[in-house]
Amino acid sequence: MSIKNVTRRGVIKTGAAAGAGLALPTYLSAASHTGFTNAPGNDKVTLGFNVPQTGAYADEGADELRAYELAVEHLNGGGDGGMLSTFSSQVLDGTGILGRKVEYVTGDTQTKSDAARASAKSMIEKDGAIMITGGSSSGVAVAVQGLCQEAGVIFMAGLTHSNDTTGKDKKANGFRHFFNGYMSAAALAPVLAKNYGNDRKAYHLTADYTWGWTQQESIAAATEALGWQTVNNVLTPLAATDFSSYIAPVLNSGADVLVLNHYGGNMVNSLTNAVQFGLREKMVDNKQFEIVVPLYSRLMAKGAGANVKGIFGSTNWHWSLQDEGSKAFVKSFGTKYGFPPSQAAHTCYVQTLLYADAVQRGGSFNPCSVGEALEGFEFDGLGNGPTLYRAEDHQCFKDVLVVKGKENPTSEFDLLEIVEITPRAQVEYAPDHPMFAGGQLGSCNPGA
Amino acid sequence: MDSIILQILNGLDKGSAYALIALGLTLIFGTLGVVNFAHGALFMIGAFCSVTLQRILNLSYETIDATQTDFLGNPLKVKTPYLESWFGPEMGSSIIEWSVPLAILFAIPVMIGIGFIMERGLIKHFYKRPHADQILVTFGLAIVLQEIVKYYFGANPIQTPAPEALSGIAQLTSTIVYPVWRIVYFCFSLLIIGAVFAFLQFTTFGMVVRAGMADRETVGLLGIDIDRKFTIMFGIAAAVAGLAGVMYGPINAPNYHMGMDFLVLSFVVVVVGGMGSLPGAVLAGFLLGILESFASMEQVITLIPGINQIIIYLVAIVILLTRPRGLMGRKGVME
Repeated sequence: MSIKNVTRRGVIKTGAAAGAGLALPTYLSAASHTGFTNAPGNDKVTLGFNVPQTGAYADEGADELRAYELAVEHLNGGGDGGMLSTFSSQVLDGTGILGRKVEYVTGDTQTKSDAARASAKSMIEKDGAIMITGGSSSGVAVAVQGLCQEAGVIFMAGLTHSNDTTGKDKKANGFRHFFNGYMSAAALAPVLAKNYGNDRKAYHLTADYTWGWTQQESIAAATEALGWQTVNNVLTPLAATDFSSYIAPVLNSGADVLVLNHYGGNMVNSLTNAVQFGLREKMVDNKQFEIVVPLYSRLMAKGAGANVKGIFGSTNWHWSLQDEGSKAFVKSFGTKYGFPPSQAAHTCYVQTLLYADAVQRGGSFNPCSVGEALEGFEFDGLGNGPTLYRAEDHQCFKDVLVVKGKENPTSEFDLLEIVEITPRAQVEYAPDHPMFAGGQLGSCNPGA
Repeated sequence: MDSIILQILNGLDKGSAYALIALGLTLIFGTLGVVNFAHGALFMIGAFCSVTLQRILNLSYETIDATQTDFLGNPLKVKTPYLESWFGPEMGSSIIEWSVPLAILFAIPVMIGIGFIMERGLIKHFYKRPHADQILVTFGLAIVLQEIVKYYFGANPIQTPAPEALSGIAQLTSTIVYPVWRIVYFCFSLLIIGAVFAFLQFTTFGMVVRAGMADRETVGLLGIDIDRKFTIMFGIAAAVAGLAGVMYGPINAPNYHMGMDFLVLSFVVVVVGGMGSLPGAVLAGFLLGILESFASMEQVITLIPGINQIIIYLVAIVILLTRPRGLMGRKGVME
């Protein structure tokens, strides 16, 4: 064997070319000949499920992942089909998406923006994911949505409730099915006024990050419009565990309502501490002191135990809904896993079907085609009544549930009771509403 | 004035947990010279002893109630705890309700056992290694322990409520109320701290341990197996952290990460109190607890935004600059 053709210059050239090839992100190289990032082949398509698998929201992330696996199974023709049969759009037939078998990869957001971006980037660049979905935090959703916009893939948000996700941080490649802080407030405030009266003084404890700020702003505005006064708003660190120092001043503040703009572990701890300090038994000027939790989650309610009894809040969806879509999903999920799905699971399942449906209707995986198919899309049969994916901000508009902690639960899942299904018209707002101002949707990025 | 008194009470309460964890940390550092970053995990395991006992006491059998349905429309399976079946509904539910205080008895042997296994199985191999190695291995151990707990119990908090008799609020003055269980927790921590000090001060075993802390070599030359005694102290320190965790459950629902939440703060407490000083750890625990509570007052936050998040570290910097050995640190320790 001769090696006389190997020269120093040749080795350097080859090495440089190979290095440049390896360094080139996968999505750029794929885009160069298909017109968009990670165009799938003819037999399979890969979706990226980016959920918290570690950290405080790992249980919620696990439920999201179960829902995604169920959605993939249904899209590929397995199981009982779930909501495919109740979905008003009937273009999905169990043969995958555009005839391609659906596969998936998963990432761990850790509920940290940087980790979530890294895992999404890896799924796009290394695994060829055509769409990223999931998450259990607004900070994460905003960060990953920005990344997907840059990379030229669609982001179907998971559980994110901050107004900013489809407000000042909205992006053309990002879509949110979950409701937001404004909608929670618009649905909840009239119920609060009806039950507690119009002459109330509210003290707010608010988680000090994007979701907390917008949730507080929304609920304060909605309750003030009905006559309530906001006595105080105290920002609490996200890392806080013992809220006694923040609860104690409430006792002599003159307030007769405590609004806990907290989610997850913050909500469990602040509510537990508030109940410990006897706020639920307290009387202020002959009025019963009340506690409100604007955003409820059944998984979190379980963590708070008996403390949630009788406390009002709102939720995107609940397994006890009796429409055909919800019943089909609960049956499908419950049969497979042995317990009912959470609202996080529901929104993730629905987002997967909505993406698949948009691809099918648009006839292409190109993000711009998908975006076009989703914008202004009216649908029904997915558990929240007639729903609109608004073109102007990529926010879904649908009915909102006002719930209350159940006094006598019959099982460990039976923690919340639906007080009211607030009609969509009551929670709608203009695209240029001040609470959502400051951002531009921009134009879709196919990544080419 | 009422709000100041309330914040002092809150501070004493927070300080109780800091002091108990820092006391254990100092015991281990003072005796074995090990910087134990797994100590927060011991606090968390203590809280999960309470969760475990609660689950044991709630072991149930199922009966079918045909009049009700579950979420899938099947007849509802109703769970009845064996205790209620054996002792009657009232007695059975009372025993279950007292699961947290009962968990003290359960946690002591469990925590001492875990302490022994940790010390003999892993930490003793790192006595002669640099502190950085000890920190790395114990921090790794803490992560392993919390992941094991998460695997079995999930990531969500699990409520371990106080018994009805010790729940609710105490009317301290006409205008000041305070949760009964938090008062119980404060008294309990004083009891444990007092017991540890009495054990070290008034028993022969304690005398030998104190002598070993002062001069390990000389005590060894006198023919005393000081290593064995220090192993026992590790077990006791683990039990102290565990008991702090058991009783903390009703204040904040246990979750797998709660040890890490306390760990850094407790190390600051130890450093501020003075490495190796038991009274220093207790004093600093209460002091920093109170300072943290005051820094969370709205008036203070308005004056200095964000002070509630940095106050403990700020105080630590000031104390270490002015008194490098901490408040009650001994000469020659960690210098």
